Amino acid sequence: MSPSTTPRTPTAPPVDRTAGGAARRRRRGPRTWLAVLPLLAFTGLCFGLPLGAIAFGAVTRSDPASGATALTGEHLARSLQGPYLDSLIGSVQLSALTALIGGVLGVVIAQAVVTSGSAGLRGATLTASGVLANFGGVPLAFAFIATAGISGVVTRLADLGGLGWNLYSFTGLTVVYLYFLTPLMVLVIAPALDGLRPQWREAAQNSGATAGQFWRHVGLPVLAPSLLGGFVLLFGTAFAAHATAAALVGGSVPLVTLKIADALSGNVLTGQENVALALGLDMILIAGLVMAVYLPLQRRSARWLR
Amino acid sequence: MAAMTPTAPHAPAGVPGADTARPAPRPEPRRAGPPRPRIWRGAVLALAGAYFLVPLVASFVFTVHVPGRGISFEAYTGLLAADGFTRSLLLSLGLAAATIALSLLLAVPALIAVRIGSPRLRPVVEVVCMLPLVVPPIALVTGITTVLRWGPDHLSRTPLYQTFLAVQDERFPVVLVLAYTVLALPFVHRSLDAGLRAVDVPTLVEAARSCGAGWPHVVLRVLLPNLRASLAGAAFLTLALVLGEFTIASLLGFRPFAVWIVSISGAQARMSVAVSILSLLITWLLLLALSRAGAAPASTATAATTSRKES
Repeated sequence: MSPSTTPRTPTAPPVDRTAGGAARRRRRGPRTWLAVLPLLAFTGLCFGLPLGAIAFGAVTRSDPASGATALTGEHLARSLQGPYLDSLIGSVQLSALTALIGGVLGVVIAQAVVTSGSAGLRGATLTASGVLANFGGVPLAFAFIATAGISGVVTRLADLGGLGWNLYSFTGLTVVYLYFLTPLMVLVIAPALDGLRPQWREAAQNSGATAGQFWRHVGLPVLAPSLLGGFVLLFGTAFAAHATAAALVGGSVPLVTLKIADALSGNVLTGQENVALALGLDMILIAGLVMAVYLPLQRRSARWLR
Repeated sequence: MAAMTPTAPHAPAGVPGADTARPAPRPEPRRAGPPRPRIWRGAVLALAGAYFLVPLVASFVFTVHVPGRGISFEAYTGLLAADGFTRSLLLSLGLAAATIALSLLLAVPALIAVRIGSPRLRPVVEVVCMLPLVVPPIALVTGITTVLRWGPDHLSRTPLYQTFLAVQDERFPVVLVLAYTVLALPFVHRSLDAGLRAVDVPTLVEAARSCGAGWPHVVLRVLLPNLRASLAGAAFLTLALVLGEFTIASLLGFRPFAVWIVSISGAQARMSVAVSILSLLITWLLLLALSRAGAAPASTATAATTSRKES
């Protein structure tokens, strides 16, 4: 490192104050990567270390008596069987369904707001979306219990109970999850919809394209990476959501987050904690797979939407 | 699609001579378009508004209307006296302030650096900041509990053990700040990256540097004012995240705001819903204030850049 920097340091300061060309060289001079180091160190310590602990704990078993640690696939195997497997499947189903519905609704709402051309409406919607997208968790669960729970206001007014409505079910969770997933999609997709220049639509119209043709050949291809990216973000958010479900359904819907919380906090069977770690690893792998689809797509969308 | 056909007659009607004589009709077909989308747009917005407003209104009704006894505001008036309310709220606010400070201190220099000097590190920073999205909080907390257990298990004789204890201090659990900062990084990165993208950072830096500004000056007086809106956005998202976070805090056994709400929900259902509404209102007001503060300079800045581009 020192051989490359030493020749530069003596020359840079004097030249720097005189010419613009030197300023450009100076721009490379300061070791800017140093500013990235704290971030990398922090994430390595506070994110990498727990991740390592998950991976390590999921594939090893330590004997409490002797303290010896041995590799084992037992925890991972147990995490993919019986009720644990059901909870994983339940989580994936719920996340995929809510991400799909929320994504479509979000695009429709965002398009309505963006094309309205009203700055006030746009600002209000994005502000509201910013709040609502973060209105997951416990307060949301309680708001819905007060609204559509067993003795909720809407339940009593509209006699939802008689219609077979049950908030504490898969359907109920879907409706609740959409409350924060849809605004999230609005937030994500609105800038992309802004990036669809009106000139493109005019150009398509002038060359005789119908609205359908415009969307099929111009709009959707340009938006596709952002749409998929939004879907992935929604999927990940729904997949990771725990507080809402914990406060709402308890154990009646099989979800992997609830199973992990049970294993971590409740009944302390030996090895149970390692199954929690294995389940955590399963979750990370699933979410990681989806992310591996997302990252290349996002790089592609950046080309159009600047 | 039928609405598109009226535009077709216009185009052939434009006989060369007529076209040059009357340039005015050109905007007409576009103006004829909107009425149909306007209905569609109104319906979409009305439905969305209903879906997002009904639970809020219904929750409010739930808190003030006791069936058979009429209207009462007890759920709200009793709040301040409620056991643990002030303590848990102050704890959450303190955690939020620390998380905002830490995440901005980490992310701002890193993002500026990859903009001006280390573009090759950019994908690294992006992946590092986005990875927490892949790891659900509940998975992260399993890892954190495992790591924290190493303290008593393996490190009880080393000075590090004291660090482990201090980090888990009941009064101000630093471990939560660290975990929340990890969770906040994706949002902070997204917000700052968008802000930096809107500013021509290398040019600004070069201009400031060739005017003789030092690096602290460049960052504090030139770049950060341009990023005010996205800094405010990042801070707000982090604040909302910390105020509402339940999973990590409850599984690690701490009692900030969200955990407190759940703990009172069994005995005082009305109050827990009332607090939920209040927390939403408070975050809403905060966001409005922040977006107002950030938007004013930002809009003038964008106006300035667009006008510069036009000229």
